[in-house]
Amino acid sequence: MAIAILLGLGAALCKLSKIKSLGILAETYTTVIRGIPELVLILLVYYGAPTLIQDTAAFFGLDIYVEIKPMIAGIFTIGFIYGAFATEVFRGAFLAVGKGQIEAAQACGMGPILVFRRILLPQMWRFAIPGLGNVWMVLIKATALISVIQLPELMRNTDIAARNTHKPFTCYFTASLLYLAITIFSLLFQQWAEKRANRGVRREA
Amino acid sequence: MDNNIIIETLPRFLSGALLTLEITSLSVILGFLLAIPLAIMRVSKSPFINIPAYCFNFYFRGTPLLVQLFLIYYGSGQFQSFLSDIGLWQFFREAYFCAILSLTLNTAAYSSEIFRGGILGVPFGELEAARACGMSGPLLYRRIIMPAALRIAWPAYTNEVVFLLQASSLVSIITLMDITGVARVVSARSFAFYELFITAGVLYLILVYGLIFVFKRIEKRITAHLSPDVMIR
Repeated sequence: MAIAILLGLGAALCKLSKIKSLGILAETYTTVIRGIPELVLILLVYYGAPTLIQDTAAFFGLDIYVEIKPMIAGIFTIGFIYGAFATEVFRGAFLAVGKGQIEAAQACGMGPILVFRRILLPQMWRFAIPGLGNVWMVLIKATALISVIQLPELMRNTDIAARNTHKPFTCYFTASLLYLAITIFSLLFQQWAEKRANRGVRREA
Repeated sequence: MDNNIIIETLPRFLSGALLTLEITSLSVILGFLLAIPLAIMRVSKSPFINIPAYCFNFYFRGTPLLVQLFLIYYGSGQFQSFLSDIGLWQFFREAYFCAILSLTLNTAAYSSEIFRGGILGVPFGELEAARACGMSGPLLYRRIIMPAALRIAWPAYTNEVVFLLQASSLVSIITLMDITGVARVVSARSFAFYELFITAGVLYLILVYGLIFVFKRIEKRITAHLSPDVMIR
């Protein structure tokens, strides 16, 4: 998730920036990633990336052996995929910050970096939290896919348990309840975060 | 990069693409039929009607699709004797049936929430006008609420269908040979991992953007009476 947020922030800035090539780069990234299923990307990174690197190395006359650990492959792929989704959330959030705020900051003599750090970043969270919450929920459920590349997370362990006990329904049902519990906790956390982020906003009576 | 293997497996990829489309469209249609009554249940004021639908949606939206798929495909084995007694075992034995069932239930939960938003978004004045004309119950739903709600919900529903198309790649885990399934089996034999998975990715990209194109066309058609600046995307 941390990777996803960083990537999302970076790509959102690229999309909003005036430099065309950066915008196109970010656009391609989000279009491609959002059009391909997570499972295909996970398998591509886990199985495909090592051979791709080896083949390229062999092309330059190097003989190396590369292996990606399931943990690393999983974290990076998930981060990479949800970075694309977070990009859209952040883009909307940055656009939602009032233009007058930025103009006022510039009038006070702040440079672009200072404006971003002091004005844009603190204010855009308020708009980004609901969207990020959604991304987080989808992400939690996507982690179940990593079990396909044998990482011993919740789903993979359930698999093993189901095979040993010959009670697949009981095991998978328990796993699903655990996921539900995580979801409920995330919902509560999201509500708290939203309240906190909105504490400076005047309510209309 | 080994191009020959891509060309060689292309026919298999195409039949995989057909299976992907078949599973997706079947689940979309069945899920749609299930989502409409669920959405109507969700807007009901009576807790006895509302709460069961809420629980169904909460469960299917709160757990990963992979767990649901395994629960139905592998989990049904625990009730083998019971299921064969009532004559359903032959369905649950088939990976194809289990894939359709879990995708249908999953998309029904997500799209019923989308339709619920659509139903709540129908302007109250339209309801009042219809009531004043003497419409009630089913007629009101069929003639006034559903068409308007569908129009409001369409953009979000497009997203859901795209997600379902991508989610259908999971059925490769329970041995079905869709696009992902073909890529996995052939690459495990030939070690041409990235070539095949990139081909699979490109195929999905084509399907997804083709689907979005079709849905946008439908959207234009059903909202043709609204001027473009009214439409919120």
